[in-house]
Order: sequence, then structure tokens, then C-alpha cells
Amino acid sequence: MTALLRKPWLWAWLGALAVWLATATFTHGRGSAEVLSAALTFGAFFVIVALGQMFVITLGPGNVDLSIPACMTLAGTVAMKTMDGAASMIPLGLVLALAIGAGVGVINYALIRLLRIPPIIATLSSSFIFQSAAIWWNRGLRVKPPEALADFTTAKLAGVPVIAIAVVLMAVAGHVLLTRTIYGRGVVAIGQNMRAAHLAGVRVERIRAATYIMCATLAGLCGYLLSAFSGGAALNMGEEYLLSSIAVVVIGGTSVAGGFANVPGLWGAALFMFLLVTMLNTFGAGAGVRLVLTGLIIIGVIVAASGGKRGT
Amino acid sequence: MNPRLLRGLLPPLSLAALLIAIFWLQPRTMSYFGLNLLLNLAVPIALAAIAQMFILCVNELDLSIGGFVSLVACITATWLHDTPLLGIAALAGLIAAYAALGALIHLRNLPSIVVTLGMSFVWLGLAVLVLPTPGGKAPEYIRALMTLKPPFIPFPIIAAVVIAIVVHIVLMRSAYGAVLRGAGGNPRSLERAGWSILKIKMTMFALAGFFGVLSGMALVGLTTSADANIALRYTLLSIAGVILGGGEFVGGRVSPIGAVIGAVTLALAGSFLSFLRLNPDWQIGAQGAILIIVLALRVLISRSEVRS
Amino acid sequence: MSGTSPIVVLDGVEKSFGAVRALTGVTLELRRGECLGLVGHNGAGKSTLMNVLSGNLSPDAGRITVDGADITGRLTPQNAVAHGVRCVYQELSLCPNLTVAENARISHPSIAGVGWRRAARELISGMLDQIFPGHGISTDHLVGDLSIARRQMVEIARAFAVTRAEAKVVILDEPTSSLDGVAAKKLLAYVRRYVDAGGTCVLISHLLGEIFDTSDRIAVMRDGGVVALDRAKAFDRNSLVAAMGSVAERAPGQARGGAAIRETASIVVQARPRIPETLSLAAHKGEVVGLAGLSGQGQTELLVQVFDHAAGAQVSGEVALVAGDRQTDGIFPLWSIAENISIGSLRRFLKGPFLDHVAARAFAEEWRKRIGIRTPDVGQPILSLSGGNQQKALFARALGSPAEIIVMDDPMRGVDVGTKQEVYGMIRDEAAKGRTFLWYTTEMDELTNCDHVYVFREGGIVADLPRAEMTEERVLHASFRADA
Repeated sequence: MTALLRKPWLWAWLGALAVWLATATFTHGRGSAEVLSAALTFGAFFVIVALGQMFVITLGPGNVDLSIPACMTLAGTVAMKTMDGAASMIPLGLVLALAIGAGVGVINYALIRLLRIPPIIATLSSSFIFQSAAIWWNRGLRVKPPEALADFTTAKLAGVPVIAIAVVLMAVAGHVLLTRTIYGRGVVAIGQNMRAAHLAGVRVERIRAATYIMCATLAGLCGYLLSAFSGGAALNMGEEYLLSSIAVVVIGGTSVAGGFANVPGLWGAALFMFLLVTMLNTFGAGAGVRLVLTGLIIIGVIVAASGGKRGT
Repeated sequence: MNPRLLRGLLPPLSLAALLIAIFWLQPRTMSYFGLNLLLNLAVPIALAAIAQMFILCVNELDLSIGGFVSLVACITATWLHDTPLLGIAALAGLIAAYAALGALIHLRNLPSIVVTLGMSFVWLGLAVLVLPTPGGKAPEYIRALMTLKPPFIPFPIIAAVVIAIVVHIVLMRSAYGAVLRGAGGNPRSLERAGWSILKIKMTMFALAGFFGVLSGMALVGLTTSADANIALRYTLLSIAGVILGGGEFVGGRVSPIGAVIGAVTLALAGSFLSFLRLNPDWQIGAQGAILIIVLALRVLISRSEVRS
Repeated sequence: MSGTSPIVVLDGVEKSFGAVRALTGVTLELRRGECLGLVGHNGAGKSTLMNVLSGNLSPDAGRITVDGADITGRLTPQNAVAHGVRCVYQELSLCPNLTVAENARISHPSIAGVGWRRAARELISGMLDQIFPGHGISTDHLVGDLSIARRQMVEIARAFAVTRAEAKVVILDEPTSSLDGVAAKKLLAYVRRYVDAGGTCVLISHLLGEIFDTSDRIAVMRDGGVVALDRAKAFDRNSLVAAMGSVAERAPGQARGGAAIRETASIVVQARPRIPETLSLAAHKGEVVGLAGLSGQGQTELLVQVFDHAAGAQVSGEVALVAGDRQTDGIFPLWSIAENISIGSLRRFLKGPFLDHVAARAFAEEWRKRIGIRTPDVGQPILSLSGGNQQKALFARALGSPAEIIVMDDPMRGVDVGTKQEVYGMIRDEAAKGRTFLWYTTEMDELTNCDHVYVFREGGIVADLPRAEMTEERVLHASFRADA
């Protein structure tokens, strides 16, 4: 029992459960299943980007990818326009979206390495360019996704969204990657102490490069799926994912200071974030209250997790 | 040429190059009204960049300044216009909130990125609550100030120069300014000399809040009405402005004059592209590209510095 | 002409860091109008003592009196400054982003208001002119743009400068280490003038010549206590070195004849420090090579150079490193003991693409037994261990790795005697099996475990001593610049 209480992901899951129950009580259980199904679908999109962001944040202070929204938008628009609604093009669109993501990651890492600037600034400035590229490519058009792809994103298997099942499997893979591979051990070691990691024989730069590329590739994938789900790529579709990706990682029990991560918390936090918004909606709270509460909760979690260390 | 001098000259030279290019492409801008139009929106951006500069100076980063400026704009267009006393109290409260944020970040040793990220939700939410749909009205005196037509020199230029000089005097020339900047350079040494880092951080955050408030008011003075999303891009622009102006991410090396120049450069970049008849889609991208180019130039200069 | 009335009295001052007793009851008085030279080998407690006096560390026991006032419990850096005690730290404490004048203002809060800039300029440039005439430093230069030597000058001038706060006692911790000879002479001449005018100065230096030339009295520290204290004239170079070193001859180490290895085994490491004038280092297979000298003379840099297979080092084989500075170079604080040990040899636990945690755990458990880490369970957090046992885990990480060459960066800091003996034995065994060790140590005793010793000074290698020729005296003499 005490072992369970110490699990870092516990609080996100408890929070999600509490919020869901509160909503269900308020509505006397009406629509609770639908809410859960929607939470699984939207949570899946959060988890895809948060998975990449988690690895980046775990690399240690100053590591965060701010180019996720731009990357999502770019990958989504290019893929949708290339497929142009043709089912036969679905695989090509996917490959294209992933390739764009990987390219974004390569550029981000190159900037970090060559310009010797903090990752925040590198990904920030590159995101300007990706955003513009997406706007330019899109030209205000909203190309519909191939029907088969759109169906896939909304399909259900025994009442559970297929995409959620797929992302759960992805999360399992992410968990294995984090805990059972040399790469994962390396990421966690770098996050605790980059110099010590280097001196213990960890290939620091190789791992950092791989992490930024993976994060951007996942963002590309999310952009692809999200635009299929929402009937086409929109230029602002990535917007909320910047803050959410970081919030999901942090609420999920991963350390913002790096060196400590966990995957199950991502799902808990993603469901919590979505269900919280739903609950506030059901209670009749407006967009303003929702945003304020979200922000305060993120800060509250950080303050609670920090334990008040005033280190050197 | 001395690399450090070159480094210092980089921001004004970039601005001059951009201005010359614009004048060459579109000679009509080389007039009182042309310049006025060209530089109008640079004023609130410059103020936001100054706000960000205070934060960067103590080795923190503010990802919420865009939301904050939006909130200020909303309050200015509603409460400050309708019930001035309430408006002033609200704005003063916001500055106090910033100081409290600085204290929280310092005392609990929190990563400022995440805290300010959370705050960006809060500011945006409050802005939506204050002004749910775009609208409101700028108070007359702000509107009058922002559309002032002084003789000979367009208002935005005067405003930019005044902002740069005032902040320069406060931060770079005053006795306490040296202490404030020292906290970014070597906080341990300051503590040994008996200065309170907590007080310094709170001061810097309060100053950032103050200039954020000015930025929002200036913005509403130009646009006459507000909406909750009006200044979200300012977060990125303000950081980019400080960096373009020669500021560094850590170590307390910032320059108010540079930050203002950087902000003006960014504001001009958009117009430059439209005069080039380049697709307006690339406006944001150009800002990113300028940032990367300047950072790359800086790396080149520091390399030659090391060599010499 | 040494003064007589005491201004600072330390009485039985003690300070421990965990199990390590850094100060074991120091009793010492500083007098008005004298310069006290403070010497001692690394880890003798000099810097700890000065950190206590300047308020950066609070003593565990004992009393400190300044100018007749007992300030034992209330000693903070600010309070020390208020009582006129100034300190020039070894690591510089200037703000690199501020100008010289602005830095003067930071430590002299009374410079404020209109015209502060001019007052600060005059204060610091006046002091610089007095101490280092012809210094060529503009007070409007950013400190970050100055050379290390000039920064040191500014730091020193700032400490001697007098505003509303007096400078009654000035502590100089290795002040000449980054100054050239001319500037160092100017400083020492100024110290004499300052002392003759009634000031008090504590001079910590490894350069015995300047200690002799400048001090009125000399205190020698060893193992956390003052072991000799007398007029400077009562010492000579040899008696001073003798007082610093260990008096009792200890049992000779168990090193096998290094010469034999050198003749037969192949060279596996050849490295040269990155400075123009230096000897180079060679290590043969199965050899234990010692890197000696005072701390921070380029030994760590050379080890990292070898570890990285960087330019200037020819290394045949994989290298593992044992960190000495556990916190910054060694442990992963969020991990368990087992995870900290196994990170050095992850490849060994691969089953297909995945790590076998059971095997890794068993491996750590095996090393726990072999090296005697005192813990019931290797699944415990690494921070649950004492410093010495953390260090053992780092040894296990390196020795357990497949690396043929092991570099050790002063790995015995804060390790108790029993553990040390166990580890020495282990190193000898591993060397006998054909592993090669590069061992940087600041402890003289440990050098007796080495087959060959290189002495470092100022970033380069200045002596190359086979085991047979290595004596404590020779190492000490090579460690100190022959300038007396």
C-alpha cells in the first residue's frame, strides 16, 4: 500500500477519477460513458505529444521543445494537402508527416548544438519558421482528410476509441523505451547530471539528438492524426498543445528539473486535463474560469512537487 | 575590428540595414507619416521587450508576458475607461502579483518556465473574464498620447528613445541598478556583500510587471479596442527582442537600448517583407529567421573573439 | 616589526563535514600590525579555517572574538565585513557582467546616490594605483572582459578599499596564484605597507618564498590543526616542508617493482597536458600510475583528456572513470545503489534490445559483496549511503565495467581508513590481472601504492619518478615552485 502511495503517477489518476466522479454526480450519471470516451480520444492526442516532451524535459533544466505546435501544424497541413482526400495516399501522408517531424527535430538539435543556445530559444525561433511554412503551404484552405483515415480516428472497438487503444500501446512502448533500454537509462542519467553521465560513459550528444528528433516526430504524428480527426488541418490546431504538453508531463509526476520520468502519469494527467475542462463546462463555468483554474493547478502541482528546496 | 565592439554594434547595424532596405524599396516611408505608420506598433512591443529584459536579467524567463499584456489591454479598455479608480487598482494589483511571482519562484526554487507557463493560462483566463468578446474602448488620454503628432519627429521614435533612455538610467546608471544586474552575474557574491536576492528578484519582477502594464496600455491606445488574444504573440516577440538587442540568456548581460532596438527591428521585419512583395505568410517566419541569423552571427563573432 | 595586541582570537574552533574532521580545535590569534603566513598541504584545513573566519561556515565548537567582541554565533559574511574582516576568495567573487567600478559599489553599499559612479571609480582606481601602480585597468571595463590576473587585482583592491566599512583584517587565499611575478611583488610589498600601518593580514600561499618574505609569523596546519606557529625567521624552507609533511614514516606501500612492468608490458596510455612546457605521461599495461602534486594543477584535466580519447592522448582501450567529486562528477542522486553501479556496464545486461533488470541487480549485488558496500539492499537510494560507501559504489561502477583502463580523480576524498585499505588491495589485484590505473591523489600515502609517479604543477608535469626514486620529500619539492 505504501509502495502504491509513492507512485508518482498516482495523483494524476486520482485527480482524473475525482473529477470524473464529480461530473457524473452533477449530471446524475447521464452521459458519463460519452464523457469518458471523449476523454480517451482527446487524451490520446495529448499523450502522443507529451510522450516526446517527457523525454525532452527529462534531459534536464532548460530542455523543453516549444516547437511542438508549429511542427504539428506543418505536418498536418502538408499531409492533408498531399493526400487531398485520397485513401490510397494515406500511407504516403503518414510517412510525410513523420518525415517532417523528424526534419524539424534535426533542425532543432542542429540549432541547439551549432548556435550553442538554450533549447528553449532554439525551438522557439525555429517554431516561427515552421509556423510560417505551414501558413504558406496551407493558404487558408482546409483540405478534408481521406474518409478512411477520418473514420479510423473516430472508430471504436467494443466502445473504446481505437486511437486510444493505439496510443495506450504507444505509451507501453514509451515506458519500455524509458526503463528497459540503454537510451532510456541514458536520458534519465543526463537529466540528473550531464557531466556525471558523460563521465560514466553515456553518449550524451547522441542521446540528446535522438530525443529532440523523437519528440518532433511524435508531434508530426499527432498533427497528422489530429487533422484527420478534426476534418482537416487548421493553422491554430497546435496552439493549446504547447502548454498542455508541458502541463501533462509535469502533472503526470515527471520532474521538471529532469532526471526522473514516468509514462503512466501521462495518461492520468491527460485524462485529468480533459475531464477538468468537461467538469467546469458541466458546472457552467466559462472559458475564463477554465483557463484560470488550469493555470493555478499547474502552478499548484509544481509548488507541491518542489518540496521547497532552496538549493545552491 | 574589435569583436566586442562588433557585437555591440550588431543590433543597431541590423536595424539600420533593415531601415535602409525599406526606404529603398518604398521611398514613401521616408516621411513623417510613413515612419509613424511603420513604427507605431513597435512601441508596445518595445515595452514588452523591456519587461522581458528585467526577467532575463536575473536568469529567469517569462512565458506569460503575452497573456499579461493582453489582460492589461482588456482592463484598460474596460475598467480603466469606465471606472478609472477600479482600473488603476487592478493594474497596481497586477504589478504586485508579478512581484509575488518573483518571490514564489525564488523562495521555492521553481523553474520560471513552468510557473510562467501556468500564469499565461491564468492571465488569459482573467482577460476572457474581463472582456469575453472583443471590444471595449481605450481611455481618451491614452488614445491621445499614442496618436500624438509632435513636430518634425514622429511620436513612435520619440517614445522609443524615451523608453530606452529612462530604462537605461534606471538599470544601467543608477547605484541600485548595478546591484540588480549583479544578481544575474554572480548572486553568491551579492549575498556575501549583504544584499537580499529575494528583494532583488521581487524588484525585477515588479519592474517587469510595470512595463507589461505600460505595454498593454500603449497597445490599446493604438488599437482603440481590445480582445483577450490581442498580445499573445508578445511572449515570443519580447524574448526575441531582448536577444536581438544583444541580451544573453544567463549572466545578467542585458541592454535596455538594445532591447528597444531589437523590438523595433522585429516590428519592421514584417513591413519589410510586405514591401518586398513577399508572401505575408512568411512574416512570423522572417522574425524567426532574423533571430537565428543574429544568433549565428553572434556565435561567429565570439569564435573570432576566442581566437584573437 | 610585528604587533602585539590581538584583533582576532580563535579559541578551540572545530568543524566537521560528516565523518571528516576538517578543523580539530584550532586556537590562533591574529595581531594588529602583522602578517600571518598560513601554510599546509591540501586538505590541511586552511581554507576551512578562513571560511569560518569570514563567516561562510559556522564552527561546530569554539569561540571567535573580533576586536574584543565575541561574535561566535552571529558570524555571517555580512557581519564579518561589518567587523572589518575581508576575504579574497580563491574562486573569484566579482560579477562578470558589471564594470570594475560597479563591482566596487556592490561590496561597498555606502557608495550610493548622485555621483556614486565617480565615487566608486575613485575608490577602486585609487586602491589599484596604490597596490598595483601601472595596472592599466580602466574602471569602466566589464570584469568579464579582463584577464584572470586583472580580475584578481580588482578583487584584491576591492578588499583593501576603505569606505564607511573599515578593512581591519584582510585574508588573502592564494592571491598570487593567478598574478604574474611583477604584480605579485607589488601586492606583497603593499601587504607589508598595510601591515606596517597597523593592519592585519592573513596570507595563504603555496609559494614558500613569498610566505618567508612577507610574513611576520607563520602558522603551519596539518590534519585540521595548527602544528607549528612561530616567527617567520624561526623557520627555513626545509623545516617548513618537514612541518607540513607527515613526520612519522609509514609502512611502505605494496607496489611491485614498477621497473619490471615498464620493461615488459606495452604502453596503453600516452598523454601530454595541453601546455607548452611539460613532460608527458606514459602508462604501461598492468601499471598503477600516480598523478601527484597540489590539488588543481591539471591532473583532472589530463584524466578527462584520457577518458575522452581527446587530442594529446593516445589511448588503446576503453576507459572508465572514478570521480572524486562525487556530487558534481559521480553519483546520480535520484537513483538506487544498483542503478548507480550498473550504469557503467549496461551493455552487459542487454537481452536483445532490452535491459535485463534482474541481471543488473544481481551484478550490483555481487559487487556490493566484493567491495563491501554497507547496505542491506542495493535497491536503496544512493543517498542513503555515507560518503565513503557512495565512493565504493563509484569504484564498483568502474571496476565492474569492461574498461581496461581506469582513471581515478582523487577518489579517496572523505573515505575512512578501513575502506581505503580494502580499495587499495582491490586496485593492486586488478592491476595484477592486467588493468591499467591512472590515479590522481593528493594524499602522499597513496602514492606508495603506485608503480610510477608524475608530479603536476601549474597545468604541466614537472617530475617523472619511478617508485624506487619516489619519496615524499621529492614530491613535495617538485610540487612547490623553486622560488625561495
